[in-house]
Amino acid sequence: MSKATLQVWEVFIQPKTGAHFQHMGSVHAADKEMALQNARELYTRRQEGTCIWVVRSENIVSSKPEDNDSFFDPADDKIYRYPTFFKVSKKVKDL
Amino acid sequence: MSSNNETSFQKKIDAEIKIEPKDWMPDKYRRHLIRQISQHAHSEVIGMQPEGNWITRAPSLRAKMVLIAKVQDEAGHGLYLYSATETLGITRSELIEQLQTGKAKYSSIFNYPTLSWADIGVIGWLVDGAAIVNQQSLRKTSYGPYSRAMIRICKEESFHQRQGYEIISKMANGTSEQQEMAQDALNRWWWPSLMMFGPHDSDSAHTSNAMKWKIKRESNDYLRQLFVDRTVKQADLIGLSIPDSDLNWNAKTKHYEFGEINWDEFWEVINGNGFCNKERIKNHINAHIEGEWVREAAIACANKNKDGIKA
Repeated sequence: MSKATLQVWEVFIQPKTGAHFQHMGSVHAADKEMALQNARELYTRRQEGTCIWVVRSENIVSSKPEDNDSFFDPADDKIYRYPTFFKVSKKVKDL
Repeated sequence: MSSNNETSFQKKIDAEIKIEPKDWMPDKYRRHLIRQISQHAHSEVIGMQPEGNWITRAPSLRAKMVLIAKVQDEAGHGLYLYSATETLGITRSELIEQLQTGKAKYSSIFNYPTLSWADIGVIGWLVDGAAIVNQQSLRKTSYGPYSRAMIRICKEESFHQRQGYEIISKMANGTSEQQEMAQDALNRWWWPSLMMFGPHDSDSAHTSNAMKWKIKRESNDYLRQLFVDRTVKQADLIGLSIPDSDLNWNAKTKHYEFGEINWDEFWEVINGNGFCNKERIKNHINAHIEGEWVREAAIACANKNKDGIKA
């Protein structure tokens, strides 16, 4: 079996200029350059991107599903953060 | 604790909420996914061999460019799926070892030889066509990374089916020799294509949990019927005949009825006795061994250039 083990890198693609980068998947590579090239071959064969980010998977910090309640619940009862919370007369324009 | 986990897991599944890599999941769910996704990945990778066999003999430069692009896509599909499998906590080298030692299976369709250029047409039309039916259904699978890989693959796969249908249409409308080749290819690939959907629902070992967990969304027989209904009409259009004397349109059910699959052949090929099983694995092992120096060199180079990473 193979002794040489490449590292796992996560790939993010910007679909067009000005757009958010999106996570696409991962590639195996020995270094940055190889990771970029592999990502290009794998994820942009059909004009899917204008820019690629690659980052070692182990360098990604993720929140944990078991922390979801304490992490995201505080936003649930703050509906005043949305414009629809405020009643405004229909006569008022451009607000 | 674990039964609590199991209940909330099933609740999510029932509510069509995708399961993500870090979420709690039953061990059997994880193992089922590893088996199914890796088998799918191996199929894409081994599937490059029967088609790669014709790259040097493609009848025109256009046909050659298209076929190379298609085979490259299959490699890409294999990689999407390997990376989805790796999110379940198994390494690429373990997966490859399972393939090479025969512990993991791949679709038995790729153990049939490609004897003429018409086979390349029929593979795109029927084999990719059957794969699309299956994969479209799997876009809704409950495991997030698998579902995302399937959505990507489906987008790319319809080009494959069209290029195949173009080849076979041209030949079916060509000289009498070409017509014969087209019909011969259809005769040889039709039944193996139907086998791609797996055993009947009543005989399928993996179906029940897979449906409960929504890994699979539709049964083998349902998908097979969908494929037959689509494909018979496409064959009619180009004047080829499906090699099944029991094939019959049922006006009541609005489905084609078709003959019984030779399940002995199916199991023979799965168990390693198809035309090309040994050759396919041998080629894979050789390519892997021959590529070892490239991986070693890449890692040595990365270590030398300090901007890389330590192996």
